[in-house]
Amino acid sequence: MAVSNSSAPHDHDRVVDVWGPRTPHGRDDRWPSRVDVHLDAGVGPADVQKWVRSACVLCSNGCGCDIAVVDGQMVGIRGRADDLVNKGRLGPKGLYGSTPWASSADRLTTPLIRRDGILVPTDWTTAMDRIVAESQRLLRTKGPLSHGFYTSGQLFAEEYYTLAVIGKAGLGTPHMDGNTRLCTATAAAAFKESFGTDGQPGCYSDIEHCDALFLWGHNMAETQTVLWSRVLDRTHGSEPPVLVCVDPRRTPVAVEALRTGGLHLPVRVGTNLALLNGLLRELFENDLVDHDWVDRHTVGVDDLRKLVDDYPVEKVAAICGLEPDAVRRAARIFGERSAVLSTVLQGFYQSHQATAASVAVNNLHLLRGMIGRPGAGVLQMNGQPTAQNNRECGADGDLPGFRNWDNPDHVRELAELWDVDPMVIPHWADPTHAMQIFGYVADGTINLLWVSATNPAVSMPESARIRSILEKDTCFLVVQDLFLTETAQLADVVLPAAGWGEKTGTFTNASRVVHLSEKAVEPPGQAKPDLDIFLSYAAAMDFRSRSGAPLIGWHTAEEAFDAWRAASAGRPVDYTGLTYDKLRDTSGVAWPVNDTHPDGAARLYSDAVFPSAVDVCETFGHDLLTGAAVTEQEYRALAPDGRAMIKGCVYVPAHEQPSEQFPLLFTTGRTVYQFHTRTKTRRSRPLDAAAPRAWVEMNAEDARDLGITEGDVVVVESPRGRIQVPARIGMITRGSVFAPFHYGSSDADVHEPGGRQGQANELTMTVWDPVSKQPAFKTAACRVRRADPVRPAIEATTAGQSGP
Amino acid sequence: MPHLTTYLGMALRAEHTLAASLGVVALGHAEQADVHHTCRLLAGMSEAHTQALAPIVHRYLSRDEDDIVEPDRLHAPGLTRARGGQIGLLRDLQDLHVLGTLVQTTWTVLMQGAQGLRDRELLAVATRSNSDTSRQLSWFNTRMKAAAAQALLVAG
Ligand code: SF4
Repeated sequence: MAVSNSSAPHDHDRVVDVWGPRTPHGRDDRWPSRVDVHLDAGVGPADVQKWVRSACVLCSNGCGCDIAVVDGQMVGIRGRADDLVNKGRLGPKGLYGSTPWASSADRLTTPLIRRDGILVPTDWTTAMDRIVAESQRLLRTKGPLSHGFYTSGQLFAEEYYTLAVIGKAGLGTPHMDGNTRLCTATAAAAFKESFGTDGQPGCYSDIEHCDALFLWGHNMAETQTVLWSRVLDRTHGSEPPVLVCVDPRRTPVAVEALRTGGLHLPVRVGTNLALLNGLLRELFENDLVDHDWVDRHTVGVDDLRKLVDDYPVEKVAAICGLEPDAVRRAARIFGERSAVLSTVLQGFYQSHQATAASVAVNNLHLLRGMIGRPGAGVLQMNGQPTAQNNRECGADGDLPGFRNWDNPDHVRELAELWDVDPMVIPHWADPTHAMQIFGYVADGTINLLWVSATNPAVSMPESARIRSILEKDTCFLVVQDLFLTETAQLADVVLPAAGWGEKTGTFTNASRVVHLSEKAVEPPGQAKPDLDIFLSYAAAMDFRSRSGAPLIGWHTAEEAFDAWRAASAGRPVDYTGLTYDKLRDTSGVAWPVNDTHPDGAARLYSDAVFPSAVDVCETFGHDLLTGAAVTEQEYRALAPDGRAMIKGCVYVPAHEQPSEQFPLLFTTGRTVYQFHTRTKTRRSRPLDAAAPRAWVEMNAEDARDLGITEGDVVVVESPRGRIQVPARIGMITRGSVFAPFHYGSSDADVHEPGGRQGQANELTMTVWDPVSKQPAFKTAACRVRRADPVRPAIEATTAGQSGP
Repeated sequence: MPHLTTYLGMALRAEHTLAASLGVVALGHAEQADVHHTCRLLAGMSEAHTQALAPIVHRYLSRDEDDIVEPDRLHAPGLTRARGGQIGLLRDLQDLHVLGTLVQTTWTVLMQGAQGLRDRELLAVATRSNSDTSRQLSWFNTRMKAAAAQALLVAG
């Protein structure tokens, strides 16, 4: 076992070497362990008084770790060598960003309440009384549809489930969603459309077994560094897989693909589905289809065959700005390798036609029967660490346990479990998605909005619009968070929450692996676990079941987990066999865990039976082009009955095309050093120093045409807003401009502290995918010019892999 | 075949009316981003249908030297102005649904005629348009269901 990153003072080498040392190995070998540790300056391993079991919450990978504690403070972190997900490794965010925020001087330590326009400290009783009074007044005068809840991808399963019961059985409002809508809704939607329910088919150890790896709009090297080091250990070992990277930017993934003889397809922003339709057609044309498997295990192939006939390679190459031969070669690789693994992320999910393009990736796998066996499968990824739990537990729009709101039996099951009238549970239409929730606040018909652990003022598209919505005096805004974020500053009541390491709960990563994260230290001041906050609201509201008992009978995280287990019983997402004790015993367990799979299941669908039967499925599906719902009757006629559904969609151009006024395409994304809106990562000195401010990336020829050179401060404008940031030249296809989305008004700006000059979402559009309702952050038109007056050039972030 | 040309004219006019009305709703409810963009998409479908049908209409007209005569009780006026607010959106979607239903039944009638005439070209256009119209109607339904409770119960 190699031990890296010893904890010498100010040892921040992993900011530069973000993936750490290699442990190369051959195909089908087990991934070796490598334990990464970081302790605060001045703390030696012998000083650590206890190590507390957890998993990292700074991306969707969910790396198993232990938290180092000295004198009631979190002082460092160590990867768990035996963990299913990371075998001891941690990335720069996990190492340097996991704990410094906790002792940050600007933590919220008391509730705040708005008086005479100003937020002032108060106590819990006053704050909660104020919320409850408002909530009850609105229930009396306007009913439950006046309430909306907007959560996160960073709470624990216990918290989501508790909130789901409050919203769906206590209040009865359909207006619940998470910022998971921004990061992972398309993964869920694509699964539901193709297989019948949500649920990741593949697992990370497929990386060890695959002989081709396709990364579709997934800059894994920066979004999930530990997963990428898992890939690098294959590409540096014997019998490496061939990598195919689909990304408009020359990301580290693209560089590695090219280095190892694979393929980079620098697809034009907004044309993913055209490419996929072309690849699907190539499989048919070259007869690279497993006809027998397709006949037995799928429906819909003939319609797809007809639809993609319209996408010959030359046409597709022209639409996507690619070489026809590159498209052909990609199709050959997909069609001829024996074990193909795909990973999909925001390049697809946050573009227009997101669900259609992601479903098309599923289609490729279905045509070849490449699913459910080692090395062959799909990983539709998540952005945030606990996004999966929001989808499972139903604090987003879905019903808990992947239940179908359109299936009366599913609704009845929940009503019996909760002992409430089924009519209370909102199930009359597709649940309200985040963008619509904000639309109802804008219209003045949602009058109480409760935001937990997220910062929509920075992270949602078209920031100026979102700010004006959050400022509306027709809406009582409750914000529950660790810090006074840009969103919290607009609240009527602010509730101080305990963070990771300060509370106990479970969460599930992108590959269905569940971890228990135990409380290591006390939260500061009066800060409370989110679970306790929800429970105290429920108690104060006095929600009751039909028999008159309190609707929510649990008080601790473990009891909440047990309640969630009961709700998952018999569903594909079955947690019934999983307990806190088991999670203390094993580092990472993949659901389902039940009598059939007592130790969890690495892969779903290894028997090629899909959860698509009418009485099992989570949705009857949608028209991928328009989002129109498929009716139960239509679904019965399709009769998938355990088979996967092959569904196609025509390509249509993005909503906003470049014009004379706005000739360039604007796209957003991440940097390896920051997470979300930097609430935690900017409070880590090494991470903040590595990427302290926003920038834009431009193509070299575009920059030359505009007279812009590296480091020049430029103004980027769209029809909705502008930012002013230094330019970095290179790394992106002609005609496109990239900006990281993490930066808000609390960040170091180029020239105006407190301004919003680096906030990428000032430029993005209010528009969303018709099926998953995920906003399209990656397709807008913009123009770029040098700042006027010309500013002295400043160095854009250049540390580590974010360098030019 | 005067009645066939009448129905061809009806299809043209009804699709045209639907496309124009979708355009009105797209603009009038532009603050609802999905309504705006989807209505434009659906309007494009209807326009494509009229374009596909136009040469066929021309063929029958030149053969029969008929004029298109539209029976006055079989057309629906389109939307000329969008209504305001959530309840207005609901009403507009209902109107679109009514228009879409007229379009669809017209295509259904033409499909029968095309089969009787063994006019493969017309049959193909009518069948494809008919199925697109189903998608349009499904979307109107889906969107109405999503909007209904909020509009009826909470909107001022
Ligand atoms: S890869 Fe993700 S989960 Fe793992 S240490 Fe890095 S940020 Fe944390």
